[in-house]
Amino acid sequence: MADKDIDQLESNIARAWDLAIAMGLDPFPVNFEIVPPSIMYEFGSYGLPGRFSHWTRGKAYYRMKMSYDFGLSKIYELVINSNPSWAFLLENNSVLENTFVAAHVFGHTDFFKHNAYFAHTARNMVDRASASAERIHKYEFEHGRIEVERFLDAVLAIEEHVDYFTHIKPAAPDAELAKPIETPYDDIWLLDREARERQAQERRPANRKFPKEPTKDILLFLAEHASGLEPWQRDILLTVREEMLYFVPQMQTKVMNEGWASLAHSRIMREMDLDSEDYMQFATLHTGVLSPNKYSLNPYYLGYTIWQDIERRWDNPSEEEIAQGRQRGQGKAKIHEVRETDNDVSFLRNYLTEELVKELDLYLYRKEGDEWVIVEKDWHKVRDGIVADRTNFGYPYLVVDDGDYHRNSELYIKHLFEGQEMDLSYAEKTLTYLYQIWGRPVHLETVFDERRVLLTFDGTQNTRKLLEEDEEA
Amino acid sequence: MSVQRQDWSLHRKGTIDQQRHKEKVREAIKKNLSDIVSEENIIMSDGKKQIKVPIRSLEQYRFRYDTGRQTHSGQGGGKSKVGDVLAKDPSDQQGQGSGKGKGDAGEAPGEEYYEAEVSVDELAALIFEDLGLPNLEEKRKAEVEVETVRFTDIRKKGPMGNLDKKRTILENLKRNAAQGDPSFHDIQTDDLRFKTWETTVRYESNAVVLAMMDVSGSMGDFEKYIARSFYFWMVRFLRTKYTNVQIVFISHHTEAKEVTEDEFFHRGESGGTQVSSAYELALEIIKERYNPADWNIYPFHFSDGDNLPWDNDRCVQLVEELMRQCNIFGYGEIREAHYRSPSTLMSAFSKITDKKFTAVTIGDRREVYPALRKFFSTRGDAVPDAP
Repeated sequence: MADKDIDQLESNIARAWDLAIAMGLDPFPVNFEIVPPSIMYEFGSYGLPGRFSHWTRGKAYYRMKMSYDFGLSKIYELVINSNPSWAFLLENNSVLENTFVAAHVFGHTDFFKHNAYFAHTARNMVDRASASAERIHKYEFEHGRIEVERFLDAVLAIEEHVDYFTHIKPAAPDAELAKPIETPYDDIWLLDREARERQAQERRPANRKFPKEPTKDILLFLAEHASGLEPWQRDILLTVREEMLYFVPQMQTKVMNEGWASLAHSRIMREMDLDSEDYMQFATLHTGVLSPNKYSLNPYYLGYTIWQDIERRWDNPSEEEIAQGRQRGQGKAKIHEVRETDNDVSFLRNYLTEELVKELDLYLYRKEGDEWVIVEKDWHKVRDGIVADRTNFGYPYLVVDDGDYHRNSELYIKHLFEGQEMDLSYAEKTLTYLYQIWGRPVHLETVFDERRVLLTFDGTQNTRKLLEEDEEA
Repeated sequence: MSVQRQDWSLHRKGTIDQQRHKEKVREAIKKNLSDIVSEENIIMSDGKKQIKVPIRSLEQYRFRYDTGRQTHSGQGGGKSKVGDVLAKDPSDQQGQGSGKGKGDAGEAPGEEYYEAEVSVDELAALIFEDLGLPNLEEKRKAEVEVETVRFTDIRKKGPMGNLDKKRTILENLKRNAAQGDPSFHDIQTDDLRFKTWETTVRYESNAVVLAMMDVSGSMGDFEKYIARSFYFWMVRFLRTKYTNVQIVFISHHTEAKEVTEDEFFHRGESGGTQVSSAYELALEIIKERYNPADWNIYPFHFSDGDNLPWDNDRCVQLVEELMRQCNIFGYGEIREAHYRSPSTLMSAFSKITDKKFTAVTIGDRREVYPALRKFFSTRGDAVPDAP
C-alpha cells in the first residue's frame, strides 16, 4: 500500500466507524496495523502476537503460509480481543479490501465488548501472552529446550480441557452455618447447629472422594495436584490454561460472531457511497466470504442468515406471534439482546428454525462404507446434530472423576457421553501425555458401541477393558 | 483509532518455529527409516524427485471424536436428499496397499496423517549418514573421485559468514598502530579479511559393485520387492557418496546374464535356480574387466535360497574364490517369517568363517534397513541397529 492509499484507507475507516455507530454498534476502538503476509500468517497461526514458541505453531504457520503462497486461501481479517482492539490488515490488499475488513472488524469488536461470554476475558491478553512467552523462553534456558518442549507437547494435547465457568463460584456448603449470632435467643438455634455440625462431621468420612465434585478443569486439577511437577511445569500448565480460557468464548460463539461481523460489514459497506467498480469488488468479496460448503457449515453464512432472520421475524411478526404478545419493529432491539446473551449452542437451538434449515438446505452426513452419505434431512434432527457438534466447542466433555483411584493416586477421567463416540486410538495416545504430567497410571472411561469402556495407560502399556454396569460402586 | 505500518522485517518467530518443526520431521524420518526404506511409493517412484513420507509420530494427538463414526453437518445447493453421496474415501479403493495409505479426499473429513515432502537424495543421505564402502583399500589405479572443500586463501572481499575474525582484528590493529593509536577500535571495510575456499578433487580407490539377484520363479512378489528395495537404496547411496563407482547388474535363474540397470529392476523371469551360475559370471567379469590389483570389488547377492541342492557346495567354493579377489561378499536371503529353518544354501554358507563374508536374512520389509546398515558399515564392527 502506498502512503496515499493509507491516507485514503484512514479516511474510509473513519467513515466506517461513524456508520457502525449510526447502526447502533458500540465497538471497542481499534488500532489497525498494516503488515506483510508472513506476519499476518504468523499471528493467524499463533492466535496472538508474541505468544510462546512451539513446533506445532511452526507447522500451522508453514501450512497457512504455503496455502497463501499457492493462492489457495487468504486470511482477510485478524482481530485481537483486547481494549482497544488490535486488527491486522494485509499490506498487499487493495484499499477497498481493507476497508471491507475494517467494517467486518467493527462487528467483531462490538461483539467482544457486549457478549456475556466475553465478559471475563483478559482484555490485556497480548501483554500477558508476551510475558508468558518470555517466562517459557527462560525455562528453556534453565531446563533445556527439549525438556520444555516435551512438557508443552503433553500439555497442548489436553489444552481444551478447561472449565470456562470457573468464575461462577459454587454455592457455599451450608449458608446457615456461617450466619453470625444476632439475637439473644439465637443460642436456641445453637443446639440445632451443633447437631448439624455433628451430622456434617459424620457425613464427611463417607465422602472422602477427591476431588469432592468431578471437575472439568483438567489443566487446573493437574497444576494443583500432580505431585511430581516442578514449579516451572505448573506455570506452563496454568499459562496454557489461561490462554485457552481467553480463546474459549471465541470458539463458543464462532457462528454468532462471524455472522454478526458479516452483518456489520454488509450494512456499513452499503452505506459507504462506493462507485460501481468498488461496489462490484465488494459484492465479490461478500459472496466469497458467504459461500456454502457441502462438507462443513460456513459460520459466516449460517450466522449472517440467522441474524437477518431474527431481525425480520421481530420486525414483522406473524399473526400468531402478535397474538402471543410480540410487537412490531422490535428487530433491532432483539438482535442486540441476542448478541449479548447467547452463545452458539443456544443461538442455534433457539433461532435455527425449520424454515431456515430448509432454505439453507442443511443436512447431516456420515461415513457409510467408503462413502460419505447424507443421512438426515429432518429439520429437528439436523438442528440437534449441529448443536451437538458445537457443544463444548466440538470436543468431548471430560471430567476428573477421581484423583485417587484404587486408593493409589491414579487418575480417573470420565467422558460425559452424549452420543458421540471418541476416537479410541487417539485417546490412548493422549493418555500417554496425561500420564507424563500426572506421573501415575491414568484411566479414561467412555462409551463405545453402546458399552462402557475403560482405557488405561499404566506407564508402559495401553489396555482397554469393558466395564460391567455393577462396577459403578 | 489509528492505522499504522511498522517495520516487521526482523520478526522471525514463525520461521524459527517452522525450522524446529522441520527438525522434528527429520528426526521422525530417521526414527522410522525401517518403515520408510521399504515404502512402496518410494521404491516405485522411478526418479520422481520429491516423495511423500508418512510420519505418524508428528500427529498432534488429543481427545477428540471419531470422525468416521459421527455425523457431520453440511449445506447443499437446494436439492440435497437423504442418500446423496458427497464423497468417496480414496483410501478404501486402494485396498490393502501398504496398509498405510489413508489419503484424504479434499475437504472431506477423514483421518489426518502427516506427510512430509522430502527428496529421494535427502532420504538417501539420512539413511547412509554414517555408512560407506567397507574395507576400501588403496589400489594402483586411482579413479574414484571425492570432492572436498578446503579453505585455503584469504581475501579482502567475501561473504560475512566467512569473515576471518582473527586476521581482521590484526589488520585493524596494524592500521591503528600506523596512525599512532595501537588499539582495537573503529573497524573499517579495509580491515576485513575473508576466508575463501577451493574445491579439490581427491582420488580414492576404484570400486565396483557386482549386484546379483535371483529372478527365478520361486522369487515371489515379496522377495523381488525386498531385493529391489535393497538395491534401489544401494545404487542411490553409491552414486551420491562416490562419484565414480561402477555397478554391474547380474540377474540369474539357472543361468546368469549381465543386464542393464533398468532391466535389473523391472524384469522378472521364471524357472529354476542355480546360484553358482551368477557367481561364475561374476568371476568371469572380474577376470575380464576388474583386476583385483586395481579394483575394490563388492559382490552382493540376493536370493530366496531355493537353490538346486547339488549346487550348494559349488556355491561355497565359488564364494571362497570370490572372497580371495574381493573386499567383502554380501549374501542376503529373503525368507518370509513362516519358514522356520534357513535354506540349504544358507546352511551351506554358514560354514564360511571368513570375516569378509556377511549374510543377512530378511523376513520382513522392516529388515531392509538393518540389512543395509550391516552391509555398509565401514567400521570393523557391526553398526548398531537404528532405534
